[in-house]
Amino acid sequence: MSAEALARPENRPALKAIPVAGPREQAGDRLFRWSLLLFALSVVVLAGLVAWKLIAGSLMTWKAFGWRFLFSSAWDPVNDKFGALPFIYGTLVSSALALLLALPLGAGSAIFLAELAPRRVSDVCTFLIELLAAVPSVILGLIGIFALAPFLSAVEPWLTKRLGFLPLFQGAPYGVGMLAAGIILALMILPYITIVSREVLLGVPRPLKEGVLALGATRWEMVTRVSLPYSAPGIAGAVFLSLGRALGETMAVTMVIGNTPKISASLFQPGYTMAAVIANELAEAVSDLHLQSLIAIGLTLFGVTILVNAAARLMLLRLSKRHS
Amino acid sequence: MRSYAARRAVNVVMLSVTAFCAAAALFSLFFVLGYIAWRGLGALSWAFLTRLPKPAGEAGGGIANSIVDSAKLVALAGAIGIPVGVLGGVYLAEFGGGRLGALVRFCADVLNGVPSIVVGLFAYALIVVPMKGFSGLAGSVALAVIMIPIVLRNTEEFVRLVPHALREAGLALGVPRWKVVLRIVIPSAARGIVTGSLLALSRAAGETAPLIFTAFGNRYWDSGFLQPMAALPLTIYTYAISPYDDLHRQAWAAAAVLMIFVLAINATTRLALRTQAMEAR
Repeated sequence: MSAEALARPENRPALKAIPVAGPREQAGDRLFRWSLLLFALSVVVLAGLVAWKLIAGSLMTWKAFGWRFLFSSAWDPVNDKFGALPFIYGTLVSSALALLLALPLGAGSAIFLAELAPRRVSDVCTFLIELLAAVPSVILGLIGIFALAPFLSAVEPWLTKRLGFLPLFQGAPYGVGMLAAGIILALMILPYITIVSREVLLGVPRPLKEGVLALGATRWEMVTRVSLPYSAPGIAGAVFLSLGRALGETMAVTMVIGNTPKISASLFQPGYTMAAVIANELAEAVSDLHLQSLIAIGLTLFGVTILVNAAARLMLLRLSKRHS
Repeated sequence: MRSYAARRAVNVVMLSVTAFCAAAALFSLFFVLGYIAWRGLGALSWAFLTRLPKPAGEAGGGIANSIVDSAKLVALAGAIGIPVGVLGGVYLAEFGGGRLGALVRFCADVLNGVPSIVVGLFAYALIVVPMKGFSGLAGSVALAVIMIPIVLRNTEEFVRLVPHALREAGLALGVPRWKVVLRIVIPSAARGIVTGSLLALSRAAGETAPLIFTAFGNRYWDSGFLQPMAALPLTIYTYAISPYDDLHRQAWAAAAVLMIFVLAINATTRLALRTQAMEAR
């Protein structure tokens, strides 16, 4: 829902025709406006409260470790030594892997749905892909554990034999690990990339497309020379939006990544992500510092997703400026 | 310049590749649905839906408490989140042209992007820590925080779609602004607002991460919102990572129940929205 809303030109003309407030505003109207404002402002308060709770809850960790917390790979609750590097690494690698898998597939589907399929087919397919976006992540995790992981542990030895000279494809075929997490995440973000990119591609002005077709371009040339360059900021926005989802996704990843705080080059090895370590350890945190370190990881995740989402919005805004 | 035939060939090949991509995306959906149906529907039974869980390791038992508690958690979350989201959204659409509106929109977007596990951390710090115990209330608050930005932006979208002329007609008749909004604008946008809220509810019903250390889970009937409560997605998760085959089977059955619920809401609301969009054209 919000993804579609995002793809549309965001700031429709505000309701300027009816004056919002003025000296002649009636008392009843003013009361009404102020009480609505109260609800709207509660969102601002809530956002501030989230940030404040995360900062206040992790002060101890920042005091104890400082910035080194983000670059140290010691995670030892028993001896009160904490560093977030393995989790940051796992989050980044699994999300990057997911994007690598989902972007070509999603962009390809979007091109098909926007430029090639008849409108009715395209609408039905989009509806179905929206349903895929609605599948709860815990269910994707379930499929990851019982269908994907056994499948991967059967396939991985074969990959090692063929591509084992690369460090990416070495090691024991556990099934659960970075690769499984990347695939499940790709499945999660595929609908977002597809739906937003399709919306963006549908927004390319017709005269541009017809112009290049009239010059004798094939349909594919029209896509690569006109549609894609024109909608590039929007597709980049879709990518950042999905990246924001992938970075913070918890359940599906927790269930398949193996939950081992180690940094290894191989995609077959188990890893850990920031969201997953919070999910697994918070309820059983052994010490205050442990708890605060988990909240510090949450704060880091919060900061990163804000940046990524801001980038997404910036891209989509650039596209809507191009429209006007 | 390559020959026309070569360019045509590239065209056909590349467009087929895009069609293949779309087919793969659709296949993944049908695989997910089919796999859940295959593993889950067989394990479903009336007893499973109406009984309490058995002690770990003992076969049998059901998920009655998870279903009821999930409904309660989501209902309370809706009772908190939907009014805030709807009224805030109406403010944004009707009065939110200025700097204040931009600030609210920005904060809603920030909240919308916050990973659900971080929302859970927030509810943990806000409620579980001061009250010194896991509670359904904390779970509901977390779900409400997830729902608010969704409902808010959705409401704004639909209220903006209400034609200007409708408002002006009311104002021209001397109806005060607040009455125009309450009696004309909101009823005109009601269908969109309701469907958007339902979508937010179904999203909340499928959330697991923010409940792990707020609602925490419960093997028995809950004793109120101040005690730990079960939730369907949480039960699926704990069963899935348990070592017992029987619990794995139950996880699939519970997943089928959750999936049916989420799909039913999503399919009907999206179809309703679509027909409404058709009528508007």
